[in-house]
Amino acid sequence: MDALNNFWSVYSNLVLTLGTNALLALSIWLTLSCGMLAMANAAFMGIGAYTSAILTMTYGVPFPVAIAAGMAAPALTAFVIGKPTLRLSGVYLAMATLAFGEVVRIVVLNAESLTGGALGLNGIPPITQWWHVALALVLVLLGLWRLRRSKVGRAFEAIKEDETAAGLMGIDVQAHKMLAFVLGGAIAGLAGVLNAHQTFFIGPNEFGFDRGVDILTMTVLGGINGLTGPVLGGVILTILPEALRAFGDFRLVVNGVILVLIVLFLPKGIWDPARFRQWFGRKGAAA
Amino acid sequence: MLEQQLVNALSLGCVYALFALGFTLIFGVLGVINLSHGAVFMVGAYAAVQAMARFDLPLWAGLLFAFVFCGLLGLLIDFLVLRPLRARNAPHLIPMIATIGVAIILNNGIQGIFGAENVRFPAGVVSGESLDLAGIHLTALELGIILLSFVLMGVLMVALKRTQLGRALRAIAESPKAAYLLGINVEGLFFLTSFAAAALGGLAGVLIGLYSNAVFPLMGQPMLHKGIAVIILGGMGDIRGAMLGGLFLGFAEVLSVAYIGSTMRDAVAFGLLFLVLLVRPKGLFGSMQERKV
Repeated sequence: MDALNNFWSVYSNLVLTLGTNALLALSIWLTLSCGMLAMANAAFMGIGAYTSAILTMTYGVPFPVAIAAGMAAPALTAFVIGKPTLRLSGVYLAMATLAFGEVVRIVVLNAESLTGGALGLNGIPPITQWWHVALALVLVLLGLWRLRRSKVGRAFEAIKEDETAAGLMGIDVQAHKMLAFVLGGAIAGLAGVLNAHQTFFIGPNEFGFDRGVDILTMTVLGGINGLTGPVLGGVILTILPEALRAFGDFRLVVNGVILVLIVLFLPKGIWDPARFRQWFGRKGAAA
Repeated sequence: MLEQQLVNALSLGCVYALFALGFTLIFGVLGVINLSHGAVFMVGAYAAVQAMARFDLPLWAGLLFAFVFCGLLGLLIDFLVLRPLRARNAPHLIPMIATIGVAIILNNGIQGIFGAENVRFPAGVVSGESLDLAGIHLTALELGIILLSFVLMGVLMVALKRTQLGRALRAIAESPKAAYLLGINVEGLFFLTSFAAAALGGLAGVLIGLYSNAVFPLMGQPMLHKGIAVIILGGMGDIRGAMLGGLFLGFAEVLSVAYIGSTMRDAVAFGLLFLVLLVRPKGLFGSMQERKV
């Protein structure tokens, strides 16, 4: 029991970060599963984090209300910018959403009276418990799992495969894309709320370009063909830098090498059921 | 006063354009968003600083060294990372993720070797002379940057438009498979492009290191963000667009600092990008083929 307590006091932060990173990876997976490379998730996470932190710090609202607000605010933002943005496709959508993310970061940087500017917000009450994160992850996974098997999920898949054909089959492409984008924003916001109330401090640079790229990396590395991949990718990319502490100054170099090797040898992501079936010689089993 | 602002904007814009040239070249020919371009750019600056400080080389030799060194680095990246992915027909996001890994390796490798602190070029490598024309102040360095970037862009554009090599490259940009069937040495030209793009990136790194008098491991990251903005503004994969996009961003930033305030400088750049994409999804100067079924 003592060993467990020791472990928890050292690594609780890491374990909670695993959960929030898995949520972030799932949030971008949702838009990817609808064929959109939207990279505003870091910004949505930031909006959620700031909204909820300001609410709990300044107005002392209860945590559930802060969570709801931290999910609603990015979802609303996604809805507003989604209208014009989602007409874009491919890299152009990625760039527009990244640019939006930078705009958010800089607005946060300059709205000092509300957000503390470059100094960030300090002294956020650390009320996130481990079971909050676990519950959030389970609920999101459950929701996404149900979604995948619903009519909406199949419509996402159809749009991902071929937008024009999906439209011709009577699927409302724009509405489905919007739904994926807004839901993704809400999940990223949830991760932001949990993260902000765990780390005590948030600053504008945590939600910039690099975080956006990190989130995408987790998902693509894990594999985008199912729900397992993003979670696995989030977990691996969170643990890797910690596990490589022995390499000292060069640990991130090793981290980069591993990243490149994974991409080179497992281009479809780590979690690739088709490859597993190949390995174990069972062909034709349903995925 | 306005004239001076415009001259400053011109040199800043040329700096952005210089960076974006290599970036857009890779995208145009290889179809990869090369997120390691910022790291290669930083390596170029370090290569020049080291060469010039250790061997007492003049600036032109430092530039040449950075050019060749980064070119070879680009070749190495292509050979070890991008070529195997091409051979495996990897989905389109995968090469981009791989270049993120490369950027992590380079950024942290340099930081591990030379430390995180700012290193400087040896004093006196750039002539302190400046030109004063009708109240406009132009340093030798700014003049050099402007001239060099226009010359490089001119050379690239002529090479792409008028030479056999350029025609082959444009054929690959249209369709690598069709180019291959026409007897073009596609792999060879991919290598050449990787070399040229990285070499140009390295050159830009040296010039910008001199311009801002700051060389540090993460100097490439903000440049990378700007570079993305530039090639979107200019139209992806378009040499002339990269130049125009770079100048446009330079002018937008300098004028917004002059008339709105310095804190919103980056917001202006990216806000503009966001708006441009909404109004003209293919970029200000670009043309994009819509993919139809």
